[in-house]
Amino acid sequence: MLSYIARRLVLMIPLIFGITLISFLVIHLAPGGPVEVETEMSMKSSAQALENLKKLYGLDKPLHEQYIDWLQRFVKLDFGTSFTDGKKVLGKITERIPITLTINLLSLLFIFCIAVPIGVLSATRQYSLFDRFTTIFVFVGFSTPHFWLALLCQILFGMTLGWLPISGFQSIDVTGMGFLERVWDWTVHLILPVGIGAFAGMAGLSRYSRSSMLEVIRQDYIRTARAKGLRESQVIIRHALRNALMPIVTIIGLAVPGLIGGSVIMETIFSIPGMGQLFYQSTMSRDYPTIMGVLVIGAVLTLIGNFLADISYAMVDPRIRISKE
Amino acid sequence: MISIIWKRVKNNRTAVIGLSVILAIGVLAVGAPLFAPYDSSAIDVDNTLAAPTWSHPLGTDELGRDILSRMIWGGRVSLKVGFVAVGIAISIGIFIGALAGFYGGIIDSLLMRFVDMMLCFPTFFLILAVIAIVEPSITTIMIVIGLTSWMDVSRLVRAEILTLKERDFVLAARAIGARDFRVIFRHILPNALSPVFVSATFGVAGAILTESGLSFLGLGVQPPDPSWGNILYSGKDYILTAWWLSVFPGLAILISVLCYNLVGEGLRDALDPRLWRSEK
Repeated sequence: MLSYIARRLVLMIPLIFGITLISFLVIHLAPGGPVEVETEMSMKSSAQALENLKKLYGLDKPLHEQYIDWLQRFVKLDFGTSFTDGKKVLGKITERIPITLTINLLSLLFIFCIAVPIGVLSATRQYSLFDRFTTIFVFVGFSTPHFWLALLCQILFGMTLGWLPISGFQSIDVTGMGFLERVWDWTVHLILPVGIGAFAGMAGLSRYSRSSMLEVIRQDYIRTARAKGLRESQVIIRHALRNALMPIVTIIGLAVPGLIGGSVIMETIFSIPGMGQLFYQSTMSRDYPTIMGVLVIGAVLTLIGNFLADISYAMVDPRIRISKE
Repeated sequence: MISIIWKRVKNNRTAVIGLSVILAIGVLAVGAPLFAPYDSSAIDVDNTLAAPTWSHPLGTDELGRDILSRMIWGGRVSLKVGFVAVGIAISIGIFIGALAGFYGGIIDSLLMRFVDMMLCFPTFFLILAVIAIVEPSITTIMIVIGLTSWMDVSRLVRAEILTLKERDFVLAARAIGARDFRVIFRHILPNALSPVFVSATFGVAGAILTESGLSFLGLGVQPPDPSWGNILYSGKDYILTAWWLSVFPGLAILISVLCYNLVGEGLRDALDPRLWRSEK
């Protein structure tokens, strides 16, 4: 097991370099590059000012030198300072990561708790009314533009009914609250963003557990379990479910980039100060150091998510780690 | 083969409904100049933010433009973005997947590591980063969505080709001296395409959603071109007084994306031989 983990870690190193290279190229192959875009906003900036800016950011050097410079700073986790407010990019990102991660982990938890039972039940009752209804349900969730649903829910629950707050993740006076009050405050703020995120993300996992379950219950060992007279519930839970659920760990890992990417729109709509909102704001103001920082960190988070998923898969399924040793 | 697939899709009622709706929306979009009752950009200052009536079945917007006409033209834009983006994605995906699967070895490892890297990026981040640099327009959006969504296709094609390239008919084609290019494109690929069709159908749905999300942030299709996403974007400011500006485009996105997904799912079932066995 340890050697498997070590090998997976080593494989991540070239991927991280690749990620930094792609992020760098995406930003720097822009016609004119970062500085030109920044100065074209203000007509007054002279050619001299342009040169100074270029020197300041090292943009007068050839591309590969710029990349190596940037990479050297990246290794030291130095993403430079933001164009807009002069703060350290790393600090801006780290103060927002916990918020985005919390929301996404909560959504994942809900997705898991709802989607897996739906998938399993509809597989054991294939083509039943329940199966057809939940199929439509998860597909509607998958197909709904969630910013639209968020907008409608804000109007319905936030304004018409007045039940839920429609923006932020905590009230302004949160510091004066006791612990329980504070938890309640977070809960009501997060119901809509987490709920809508979960509704939108349900389809992949529930369809996957359905088809995985359908495949497992046709296996011989399930027939054996039935033949030896086990109750149906035991056949499903003890024998089928354990085998059907193993690959699902990897599916959860694969859902990470979608959720992080989706947080751009959700956090913007609900004005939650997370990484998605930061990314949106920095693209709008063309704050390149921040854009690159968030891009790289978002990709590294995904990489870590996939890594954890692979490790847990290897833990529950010995075939994986043995076959690769 | 096609008739078998059609027979199996035909038995799937949801897929047939989805397909009919897709066709209906497609006809409306292609024939937009014929079906749109008004000019989609005709401003009518006496009739702004009018609720749905017989003369404007879906109401009018803040400039008095007819929403039904804008939705029909917007559908044309949204579908165009969806199809062109997916076209770009599957072309790249097939090319990279075919190279990796057919040649194997170092080419395969390099290309697949590149795919792994691309898959690490939250797609929406990558798209926004590019849009921040180039001007958003229908063309750039199609290209950017295409360039960021080919990875799944390349993996599918590679996997198919790995199983196909050792088959006798491929060996036969090689034995008669066919060049690699011909072996790949004439002999192997046609047999490897069915998962690509499924993926492309889901891809159109995904691209329509992505476009609408971008337009909703104001970074997508730019006015005066209407798209479902940007009708929603400009309508959201009036949601309390003019709900029709937000509700109808959202429904249009939901319904068409849903139908593409249902057809994709139907196709996947129809093409999956593992599910055939279970039929009596």
